[in-house]
Amino acid sequence: MTSRAGDAQRSTASLRHRLAERGIDPTLLLLVPGLVVAVALFVYPFSYGIGLTVQPTAAMQEQWGGGAFANYVAFFRDPFVFDSIGITMRLALPAALFNVLASIPVAMVLRHRFRGKRLLTSLLVLPITLGTVLTAQGLLIFAGRQGWLNRALLQAGLIDEPLQLVNNYLGVMFSLVITGFPFAFLLISSYLSGIDPSLEQAARTLGAGWWQRFRRIVLPLLAPGLATTFVLTFVLAFSVFPSARLVGDAMGSTRVMSLMAFRAFGEQNDYAMASTIALMMGAVELVVVVAVLGLRSLLYRGTTGGKG
Amino acid sequence: MSTFESLELRGVGRRFGGVDALAGLDLTIRAGEFVALLGPSGCGKSTALNCLAGLLPLTHGEILLDGRRIDTLPPERRGFGMVFQSYALFPHLSVEKNVAFGLQMQGVQRAEIDRRVRAAIELVKLGEHARKLPGQLSGGQQQRVAIARAVVLEPSLVLMDEPLSNLDAKLRLDMRTEIRRLHQSLGLTTIYVTHDQEEALSLADRLVVMREGRVQQVGTPDELYESPTSWYVADFMGYRNILPATVVSASGSEAVVELPGTGDDGGARLTGRAVGGLRAGDRVRVAVRPEDFAVAGSGPGPDGAAGEIGGTVAVVEYHGREHAVSVQAGDVMLHARSAAPPAVGGAVRLTAPVERVLVFPESLDAPVPQEVAA
Repeated sequence: MTSRAGDAQRSTASLRHRLAERGIDPTLLLLVPGLVVAVALFVYPFSYGIGLTVQPTAAMQEQWGGGAFANYVAFFRDPFVFDSIGITMRLALPAALFNVLASIPVAMVLRHRFRGKRLLTSLLVLPITLGTVLTAQGLLIFAGRQGWLNRALLQAGLIDEPLQLVNNYLGVMFSLVITGFPFAFLLISSYLSGIDPSLEQAARTLGAGWWQRFRRIVLPLLAPGLATTFVLTFVLAFSVFPSARLVGDAMGSTRVMSLMAFRAFGEQNDYAMASTIALMMGAVELVVVVAVLGLRSLLYRGTTGGKG
Repeated sequence: MSTFESLELRGVGRRFGGVDALAGLDLTIRAGEFVALLGPSGCGKSTALNCLAGLLPLTHGEILLDGRRIDTLPPERRGFGMVFQSYALFPHLSVEKNVAFGLQMQGVQRAEIDRRVRAAIELVKLGEHARKLPGQLSGGQQQRVAIARAVVLEPSLVLMDEPLSNLDAKLRLDMRTEIRRLHQSLGLTTIYVTHDQEEALSLADRLVVMREGRVQQVGTPDELYESPTSWYVADFMGYRNILPATVVSASGSEAVVELPGTGDDGGARLTGRAVGGLRAGDRVRVAVRPEDFAVAGSGPGPDGAAGEIGGTVAVVEYHGREHAVSVQAGDVMLHARSAAPPAVGGAVRLTAPVERVLVFPESLDAPVPQEVAA
């Protein structure tokens, strides 16, 4: 190659190499099918939904004013709609919190080796395979006024009146725990297995009892995982729909946001309002998720020494 | 400081699913002693350490501290310091908080904690890193934190489980010196588990060589190095040439053996020092250190030699002051040292003084283990 003055500064690497240095790589083409699917099935419908929210029906505009934003005005002004945020929160927050907190001791115990561990783990995780509808139906049959539980308790003389366990707040809560607990348990178990067991052994030789080991060593290392698990089970519980309708009190204590969106869509044929409620649902979830993940960022998030 | 007169292990054993990981360990450790448990992986040395720490319950025997049984106490109430192979530093706590952890568990006063933590961190020369997280430190520094965390409690016994095995060669040497220095300045009774004979020899006052969950030999580094009682211990003590052989004749402390597969007909013959009673026809193992083999060209051998083995030079490695020479003698590879490098492929003869050739019975199950009173 002849040497020219300008060439002295120019890289001698191939074009492909130089592009790769700038982060452009032919393997990026593999992303194309995924991008197409994401745009077609998520980005476009989602944007379309947002577009719908600012095209309120004439009736909405007349009733609530606000022009193109009549649906949003309605959402915040109409207590029947707006209160559903609180109703959903009252279900989703305690359910997610319970699932996370109850999973911790169970997952801690199931770390040890003992006879029947596999069977017990399977039983705990099995409900994840049941659909919410099946769970709801099972609850109705088992815990309804004429269900086995009530009949058994009545016949045993333990109660005089059948217990009201379904078609109310309690029924939905049961269903959220049944479907959410296995999920939280699995996640927390895997986070726990990521903590090097020799850390606890070291703490023992330094004189720490079980509570001190848990509070000072395990809990701080587990906390980021707990936050993630909480977020995921919360989102799962927040979008509760089938059980709120089937084992809940759909017009009262379990009038959750997804039911309101469905009502606008299915009963009032108001797609625009339905989209608005769905969007606000997402916004509320986002607020909680961001808040929890914000708190999580304050925690220690480095290695936990285990197999990860 | 909590001190004791003696720590006694009586018939300590641990079974895992029908297999003895550790059996019949008898050992008495006096205050201030540095004892090394030496053996290959799976020999039971770490099991023994975990049993002492209380992290593994015993299945047999008992552990007595000044005559008081402690094997029933949980680890948190034994007051022993432990240094783990993986260091096991708390990753979310700074160096000083790691070191302070044990003192906090004991409910020591805040000012006292601060003072002792600072002293311990100074002792391992990590003053400038006190506020860092373990993840920000190098392997050697993490190891020093682990040691500081264990010794800050001034425990009656420090247990170390292969603490240097995750470090590179140079750092390992430095840390070895460091551990020896700490032991000498603090006088803490230490039990140290390792598979590295050099580490054990240089650190310990007394060595316990283990095999398949049982003690093979107990003694001072000097005793084990000079007079191993079995070829297994010899193998650990640097006798790199361990050769199967048959006794031709034995008289008193000397035995003439034949090494099958070397040289011509029945094999080369060597005279060596018999360890244990031997008779003609016994199957034995002959042990010679590489540095005891003299590499000679053709010509008459030196007087007082144990005999000679002929072979061809296969590999020569430069080791600075000398050369490591591998000699192919028939079917076996022999290892020797030589000041001048012999030519690869050349014919050489290996000779060694009679007292440097050890002849051991082949069986390792003979009742040799001896408790040496210190």
